[in-house]
Amino acid sequence: MKRELLKFLAFSVFVLLLPLLFEGGYLMNVLVFVGINTMLAIALNLLLGYAGQISLGHAGFFGLGAYLSGVLTATYGWNPWQAMPVAAIVVGCMAYLIGFPVLKLKGHYLAMATLGLGIIIYIVFNETIDLTGGPSGLSGIPNLEAGGVVFDSDVKNYYLIWGITLAVILFAINLANSRVGRALRAVHDSEVAAQVVGVNARLLKVQIFALSAVISSLAGSLYAHTMTFISPASFGFNFSVELLTMVVIGGLGSVYGSFLGAALLTLLPEFLRAAQDYDIIIYGGLLVVMVMFMPGGLVRGVPDLFRRIFKSRGGAGHA
Amino acid sequence: MLRLKNINTYYGKVHALKNVSLHLGEGEIVTLIGANGAGKTTILNSISGVTPASNGEILFRKEPVMALQPDRVVKLGISQVPEGRQVFKPLSVEDNLQLGAYLRYRGREGKAAIQKDMEQVFALFPRLEERRKQLAGTMSGGEQQMLAIGRALMANPKLLLLDEPSMGLAPLVVQEIFRVLQRLRQENGTTILLVEQNAKAALKLADRGYVLETGKVILEGAADELLENAEVKRAYLGKDKKEMWER
Repeated sequence: MKRELLKFLAFSVFVLLLPLLFEGGYLMNVLVFVGINTMLAIALNLLLGYAGQISLGHAGFFGLGAYLSGVLTATYGWNPWQAMPVAAIVVGCMAYLIGFPVLKLKGHYLAMATLGLGIIIYIVFNETIDLTGGPSGLSGIPNLEAGGVVFDSDVKNYYLIWGITLAVILFAINLANSRVGRALRAVHDSEVAAQVVGVNARLLKVQIFALSAVISSLAGSLYAHTMTFISPASFGFNFSVELLTMVVIGGLGSVYGSFLGAALLTLLPEFLRAAQDYDIIIYGGLLVVMVMFMPGGLVRGVPDLFRRIFKSRGGAGHA
Repeated sequence: MLRLKNINTYYGKVHALKNVSLHLGEGEIVTLIGANGAGKTTILNSISGVTPASNGEILFRKEPVMALQPDRVVKLGISQVPEGRQVFKPLSVEDNLQLGAYLRYRGREGKAAIQKDMEQVFALFPRLEERRKQLAGTMSGGEQQMLAIGRALMANPKLLLLDEPSMGLAPLVVQEIFRVLQRLRQENGTTILLVEQNAKAALKLADRGYVLETGKVILEGAADELLENAEVKRAYLGKDKKEMWER
């Protein structure tokens, strides 16, 4: 546990000092998204990597958080700090209720059901034009404000988003190492065995699904308040798949893996711009290669790679 | 201590248990023997709530256990060692044992009591202590069986339901495990309901036994009587088979 804490502190220092390298600029904006995507990947990883339950509809919860926050503040003039928790609670309750019937399903069937859920939410964003503005989006969402500081620049937003992201990371690490984290991994491995040791597998699955939705909703609200404009296109099926890719590429069942996956998938398209029209081919190719050669994800694959390089150079080195 | 009255359990339309009645006294070791598909596992699963019975009555210390969620059953003091061990393979031995005490972490006894019970499990199975950090999936079948029993003991059960602990294990390991079961009864007064294919070994350990066939109890009695019973001998112990044939 002490090692976990040191790791977290080192990571926090890294995150807080990173902006000094860039001094503003476009990349800061991208790094804000890395933060938001990290939260989302962690949310999905708790469900998929720890509890072993797939969801192809998490973009929907992300979108619900964004739209609830957006509509409450832009249309009804709420304070964003009030809108965010309200959105999170509403989304959490919804996920809890939906979770009971849906999480009875397993494997492919669960994937189908959550896929359907995501699509329904997406359609609602598009069709309830009076409320959401439909396909053309919702604008005029206010920035967050705290103690006279308005979070309206990339640098300010960076610290805001990453402050919250670090809190989510700390929470997720604590959860993963607790008695509940053990129970989640038990449900993942064998539901029957988890039941006979006294884990209420059905309830636990629903609870982690709801928690995952709450974190996603929070990320959605933050997204809405930093962007100030949202449209349904950001919350479609494609994004659900992208989240899934982040979790798998980063490493299932690893909180820092979620960060690595989110960082890679958010930054890579920016760097691949140079390749112009070929970017999507290189992007896809890289993902295939990574899944083939790092089945444990970046978080396990990269240290392995270093170890191999070190060994071949050092000759007799036994790490 | 435990009493089943006219239990019926179905898997979909398949009638797996037909009016099964049985009872266990405090501190008794009772075995269920029978061929594959006789309903032995189903009886255990019906008690633990994993496959709830559809009608009948199950009483544990005069309290109804019928149709309770599995976690409630564990809380009452009934732990099951499931068929095929089902240890949590990607978790360490220690994590597996801690999961056995899952419901007790919320209770009043505190972590010290749980730690003490873990030491007790290690005293019963010293090999688990040597491997406490090892992943359960990387251990041998015998060690996994020991872990599965240890995990069930971590819930501090009054009644232990064991589903074929000897499956696929070397005779020496089976002996070791059966010795531990005996010790458990002597030292902790744990009541044990044992399902076994290895009828001979089970009847030698048990006080009483029930013989099942296609979902029904066809014979019950003291273990030593069952060992001598001609029908049991022929069908489950493999003795005197020739004589029966020649008749």
